[in-house]
Amino acid sequence: MEKWYLMTTVVLIGLTVRWTVSLNSYSGAGKPPMFGDYEAQRHWQEITFNLPIKQWYFNSTDNNLLYWGLDYPPLTAYHSLLCAYVAKVINPDWIALHTSRGYESQAHKLFMRATVLIADLLIYIPAVVLYCCCLKEMSTKKKVANALCILLYPGLILIDYGHFQDRYNSVSLGFALWGVLGVSCHWDLLGSLAFCLAINYKQMELYHSLPFFCFLLGKCFKKGLKGKGFVLLVKLACTVVASFVLCWLPFVTEKEQTLQVLRRLFPVDRGLFEDKVANIWCSLSVFLKIKNILPRHTQIKISFCFTFLSLLPACIKLILQPSPKGFRYTLVTCALSFFLFSFQVHEKSILLVSLPVCLVLNEIPFMSTWFLLVSTFSMLPLLLKDDLLMPTVVTVVAFFIACATSFSIFEKTSEEELQLKSFSVSVRKYLPCFTFLPRVIQRLFLMSAITMVLLTLMTVTLDPPQKFPDLFPVLVCFVSCLKFLFFLVYFNIIIMWDSKSGRNQKKTD
Amino acid sequence: MAALGLAASGGNWFSALALGVTLLKCLLIPTYHSTDFEVHRNWLAITHSLPVSQWYYEETSEWTLDYPPFFAWFEYALSHVAKYFDQEMLNIHNLNYASAKTLLFQRFSVIFTDILFVYAVHECCKCIDGKKAGKELTEKPKFILSVLLLWNFGLLIVDHIHFQYNGFLMGLMLLSIARLFQKRHMEGALLFAVLLHFKHIYLYIAPAYGIYLLRSYCFTANKPDGSVRWNSFNFVRLISLGLIVFLVSALSLGPFLALNQLPQVFSRLFPFKRGLCHAYWAPNFWALYNALDKVLSVIGLKLKLLDPNKIPKASMTSGLVQQFQHTVLPSVTPLATLICTLIAILPSIFCLWFKPQGPKGFLRCLILCALSSFMFGWHVHEKAILLAILPMSLLSVGKAGDASIFLILTTTGHYSLFPLLFTAPELPIKILLMLLFTVYSISSLKTLFRKEKPLFNWMETFYLLGLGPLEVFCEFVFPFTSWKLKYSFLPLLLTSAYCAVGITYAWFKLYVSVLTDPPVSKTKKQ
Repeated sequence: MEKWYLMTTVVLIGLTVRWTVSLNSYSGAGKPPMFGDYEAQRHWQEITFNLPIKQWYFNSTDNNLLYWGLDYPPLTAYHSLLCAYVAKVINPDWIALHTSRGYESQAHKLFMRATVLIADLLIYIPAVVLYCCCLKEMSTKKKVANALCILLYPGLILIDYGHFQDRYNSVSLGFALWGVLGVSCHWDLLGSLAFCLAINYKQMELYHSLPFFCFLLGKCFKKGLKGKGFVLLVKLACTVVASFVLCWLPFVTEKEQTLQVLRRLFPVDRGLFEDKVANIWCSLSVFLKIKNILPRHTQIKISFCFTFLSLLPACIKLILQPSPKGFRYTLVTCALSFFLFSFQVHEKSILLVSLPVCLVLNEIPFMSTWFLLVSTFSMLPLLLKDDLLMPTVVTVVAFFIACATSFSIFEKTSEEELQLKSFSVSVRKYLPCFTFLPRVIQRLFLMSAITMVLLTLMTVTLDPPQKFPDLFPVLVCFVSCLKFLFFLVYFNIIIMWDSKSGRNQKKTD
Repeated sequence: MAALGLAASGGNWFSALALGVTLLKCLLIPTYHSTDFEVHRNWLAITHSLPVSQWYYEETSEWTLDYPPFFAWFEYALSHVAKYFDQEMLNIHNLNYASAKTLLFQRFSVIFTDILFVYAVHECCKCIDGKKAGKELTEKPKFILSVLLLWNFGLLIVDHIHFQYNGFLMGLMLLSIARLFQKRHMEGALLFAVLLHFKHIYLYIAPAYGIYLLRSYCFTANKPDGSVRWNSFNFVRLISLGLIVFLVSALSLGPFLALNQLPQVFSRLFPFKRGLCHAYWAPNFWALYNALDKVLSVIGLKLKLLDPNKIPKASMTSGLVQQFQHTVLPSVTPLATLICTLIAILPSIFCLWFKPQGPKGFLRCLILCALSSFMFGWHVHEKAILLAILPMSLLSVGKAGDASIFLILTTTGHYSLFPLLFTAPELPIKILLMLLFTVYSISSLKTLFRKEKPLFNWMETFYLLGLGPLEVFCEFVFPFTSWKLKYSFLPLLLTSAYCAVGITYAWFKLYVSVLTDPPVSKTKKQ
């Protein structure tokens, strides 16, 4: 690549921004007795280093599961162990059993931040760079600009480097990205291996699993289930099973171990949602306290039905017509459906939707930028709790400027550039005056931007009325939820109508 | 916000670049800040709470006011905004006061005053006709130049991490250079006179201004062979220039003259009590001189040529003592450095007089003045290298030879700023930012001049690559070795000696290119 230096510059900018954000405070800094996610990370290093592997997921005198017990899959635990070995060399106090609880120091913060940066540098950033280099029909400059925008996405930076999220998101998302890359470039086995690693790092990656499954299944069908397709299917199945067994090796030997890990990974008893999440259930609870009205198992059933129904059409489409483009959009809708409707969702899970949206940034820059801004905004209450106002504002503005400059998003709001051409054409068959869609979307964007800015200002400057101490966080979530619903409809429309136009194009070809 | 986006989307890359770097500066707010932060806070307090007559007498804090009056007035103006942030920072007795709001205010005052710098860069980009190159935006000289200036590594770390107000001062300097390029001489002179009364370090480059304005503005015509036509002297121009300088000086120093405090002001501005070199040797000629002295004394001890008892103890245990005593070589007096500096500046001044080449020649002379003073000055700070690096950026996009000198000067000069930031959290920032700037400057200039001969020969490449191992040794290997206690000065000594070689080389090469360059033939211009 002739312009490698521009790509290097972009990566360096991304790294600099990440490190400068990490100089700020983290979740639960100086807040005993539970501290926050930062302490969880440190605690897992302590547990994995000091206890035998069989006791990691079990409650014992040395391992109080109520105090940040390990609730992520084995790969996370291995990573903690690796970090713990490094920590041991630098300062054994950081991971001493029991006595290190709530350990905080400048040097330790530096160490923890460095582990995030290194993981990011090894897994997520190369994936992004490679993905952008593999994009077709683009000038080098556009590829570089695209990489800059993806690397500057504020949500991921703020959660990983500011808040210090439960297990480095960039690792699981990076593995998922490697998976997408592999599957789209016809290295199906490597792709599925990478994706299995992602799932085994963080169970939330299951949000992405259906599109992967459907896409690969669709590929097999396309090749013919009796010939090549069957071989591919078997190979894929073997890869998946093998990688899972490998990751779970210490735990699969005993049934009790496996069950315990699974119980830890899927804590059904933690309720429909936690804190303030911008999904349907939390927003509905403003009017109707579902959490209290319905019994838990009914809640699970309802949320399952909604999730399943909302992602079904896109998945069926993908099986029937597997294409890398459709795959990317299906990733978006599936993750968004899970986020909006499924059981026990964290506000940070929106990052799982943001990743695939980043991948379609170059195709629909206007809508993607909008979505990514909303997704960061939806985490505002969390970020404010961690005292991250300044980096949030700065990175959001930086991201917005990067997107606006490199894609000139405000000029790309025609029907075609919103990928709504075929949809509007089909609507116009019944409603000939249906030409106002781009204008409506522009207005909506403007309104949404204004509400976001206003709500941010209000949250920061005003004290909430005493009757409703949570007024602003709830408003933020409610507004974001409405926008996410709109995006769900929008992305589904793209998927449904895109395949049709694709077929038409092929016919005309 | 929407307007901001529209401005950015309209293909206006300059505002995007400027905004981008401004945001980066905002991200640097929580980083480490040096004692200069307290210096400026103290000045805010002095100017706010004391009458003018006591500004240059106040000494509650050790950081007394030692900048010229305009800067004091600048702090005075700032203090009237500061009182809305935190009244406490304006109390003289609140030493080392650094509340969150104080930090925010001080950092933002630097970021905000940088607007002048951004404007100056904008003006410079307009008047620089770099090499005509490809159509692509990233290969245009204007784009490259604005990145080199706006994203300058040195300014970023000195102003926004270490904490100083160089941004808007450099902005004034660049603006006055741009005005001279635009043939608006009076404005240029005015700006420079004002600048001098903000920070007197710019006296380094005053000779270039004086001679250029006299030669190319007061004399309106040349003989055909390029030498001066004495009868073309324009008295009105000289008088108006003099009037400008006089008025600005009167405005600045007048009040103190009236108060009969001028000697006190000058004794604050020029403290010759300090040593030859700063605590950390700026990478100049004297750093090489000191290093040579150390090496000789070590050799002398080994060969038993020197008597260990006669060697001043301080010089052997550390290089961190302010008063450095030479053991083998003769000690250097302020007068000697002054003479050396004058001798070093003189050829470039002669060149400007006898071989005038328009504003470009002036710019070269200015850089040489700055560099020569840096090389031989008394008690030079490492930050003073920025005085040469920023104007040199303007030259770098014009000619391959200049680009090569610029890159050597910039890379070594910037690396020599590394010891300013010695705290662990800032280590990744300085390395990342330095890599960012270096990779960009080298690659973009290489792309710009790809059709000409390579920018570096093997020796220069080798030298620049050597900075990498040096950094690894000084910051990653050395702290873990047993030498750390015994030779704690070694990393600083190595850094400044290594960088001094590069900067001396760049200075020498620039001098050679200026002296040997054929005068611009008039016919070519017409």
